Amino acid sequence: MTVAETPPSSQTFEAAPEPRRRFVERPMAQLVLARLREFFREPEAVFWVYVFPILMIVGLGIAFRNQPAEHVIVDVQSGPQSEAIAKALSADSRFQVKTCDADECRLRLRTGKTQLVVSAVGSPVTYQYQFDPSRPENVVARESVNGALQQAAGRVDPVKSSEKLFTETGGRYVDFLVPGLLGMSLMGGGLWGVGFATVDMRIRKLLKRFLATPMRKGDFLSAIMLSRMLCMIPEVLVLLLFARYAFGVNYYGSYAALLFLIVLGATMFSGLGLLVASRAKTLEAVSGLMNAVMLPMWMLSGIFFTSDRFPAVAQPVIQLLPLTPLINALRSVMLEGSSLASQSGQIAIMGVWSAVSFAVALRIFRWQ
Amino acid sequence: MPSVIRCQDLVKTYEGRPPVEAVRGLDLEVVEGECFGLLGPNGAGKTTTIEIMEGLLAPTSGTVEVLGRQWGREDDAIRQRIGISFQETKLSEKLSVRETLDLFRSFYKQSSDPAQVMEQVELTEKAKTWVGKLSGGQKQRLAVACALVGDPELLFLDEPTTGLDPKSRRQLWEIIRNYRQRGRTVLLTTHYLDEAERLCDQVAIVDRGKVIAKGTPRELIVSLGGEHVIEFTLGDGSNGAGDGLAGDLDLFSRLPTVQSVHMDHGRICLSVGEPHRTLPALLNTLESQHWPLSSLSTRHASLEDVFVKLAGRHLDDDEAPTA
Repeated sequence: MTVAETPPSSQTFEAAPEPRRRFVERPMAQLVLARLREFFREPEAVFWVYVFPILMIVGLGIAFRNQPAEHVIVDVQSGPQSEAIAKALSADSRFQVKTCDADECRLRLRTGKTQLVVSAVGSPVTYQYQFDPSRPENVVARESVNGALQQAAGRVDPVKSSEKLFTETGGRYVDFLVPGLLGMSLMGGGLWGVGFATVDMRIRKLLKRFLATPMRKGDFLSAIMLSRMLCMIPEVLVLLLFARYAFGVNYYGSYAALLFLIVLGATMFSGLGLLVASRAKTLEAVSGLMNAVMLPMWMLSGIFFTSDRFPAVAQPVIQLLPLTPLINALRSVMLEGSSLASQSGQIAIMGVWSAVSFAVALRIFRWQ
Repeated sequence: MPSVIRCQDLVKTYEGRPPVEAVRGLDLEVVEGECFGLLGPNGAGKTTTIEIMEGLLAPTSGTVEVLGRQWGREDDAIRQRIGISFQETKLSEKLSVRETLDLFRSFYKQSSDPAQVMEQVELTEKAKTWVGKLSGGQKQRLAVACALVGDPELLFLDEPTTGLDPKSRRQLWEIIRNYRQRGRTVLLTTHYLDEAERLCDQVAIVDRGKVIAKGTPRELIVSLGGEHVIEFTLGDGSNGAGDGLAGDLDLFSRLPTVQSVHMDHGRICLSVGEPHRTLPALLNTLESQHWPLSSLSTRHASLEDVFVKLAGRHLDDDEAPTA
């Protein structure tokens, strides 16, 4: 076979210069547009991506809202002096007092319906407190009830004390939660948005169809990433604005640092999404892989509670999971106003994850 | 005429246990301006062959040249000038017809105006309709439009009308004819005889990974010897009556202008040159032998007859022939 016998018509093609095109007529722009259209025309996807994190903040924010200290529930065990004790405690509005017999008291203590059981024993009288030392509210109840009873019995404090209430935000659970949810949302959006869509296109043979055109593979993969970034902007804004205006969450760090971390996190998880999707041939396979990747991070990376709670042995692994450094850095920047430089370790871990997942995904990507 | 596609000794073996030999030494040449059809039953290796020519599959051995170029060296140059429609592609359901065409157009340096392409495939009214809302025939026309929007010199169509209703099939044929009127080349696969007969200038009949016959539909039919077929059944029409006569088939082959005789599902089929001479003689013979006629028909020979003669079975028979 020789290449010399070229049909004459090919010359016209060779001579034709690449026509000047408007920006939106270029392949990258068209591919990004197509992805965005597909996404925003799918109401379910939009709901899960945008509404779900908000529902989460609302639910958790309400459940864990900081309230003025609740009543201390205290039971007085019926017996000698029980009336006097009950009377003394009832005079203090902090206490909610109930008198019952020994058996009932024990039952209420065991089921958490009361925080403390008081009884007077012996002679001279000793106040006996029954409570579960592993429950913080029980310990608090013991101290405040004892203080009140001692004062009623005539104790005089040697030093006077006064109170100044602190109301600045930043230490509430919802403040802690927002960076966690932001990280979770970047993870879910990246993995699902890139991974699921890619496998779906592979199943529909759309990847193969694109391969049959002169489309550049790099254009396609960049377009997937870029469209994910664009989808993420409203997602992040909705979450942050909602937290700011509905819960009064304050951001102490610089917006540039926050933006940098968000873009880095989104890049990292898009890369992981591409990696997870690079070979999978069915939606079931990719869903399984996706859950296997996300589940450890949901539990260990500190979305809802700090990852320091896990034993020290597990820490090296936990700290290297992709989501952990993202959430740690987001918390430092958002809640403590830390600089990016102070987060360089976390940033480095994320950078490595991004680079490795992209490089591997591009290598093993299956087009058909 | 310069050749647009040339395949030599193409072989494709899929690894596995046992290995599947999808294409087993296939040669063909397609020249500029013709509509070339690969005709064969399902599983004959047509899709594998067309995907090798499209540069989507690498052959195990053999050479392919498309528009004078080879895959692996000048892929982009070839891709810029060919249009491809697969047997099955699910285009994005949430994009409109126009958006889909704009997307595909963006990949080509030289392209047709999407409005014009929509006109050609009669989807102008559906420009703003989402792909998910189109009928099967409209989706298939859009798939072909995506192949046409790059203004290709060569169009590959894999089973373009499979599963479509008769009206949609005719619409697609019309699109293909119009494209050819501009002097462009088409290579299509089909397992429909009528499609090959009506649309193709050249047909290669493919069976089990090999070309078993090649030529214009007319040449292939003429090669049977007789261009007409007389089919009849005897007795009560049951297979038993026919089988009983197997030894007497020789009798029919001596009738005037009969080229060949074979049995097909209990029917006796005569390939004849001039039916008006064969028929009276046939009826005389039956009468003299006291064989009652239960059905009789005559028709023009088709590519199906060519396939049956060469492969020993029908195009739509899935089973391999016995013996």
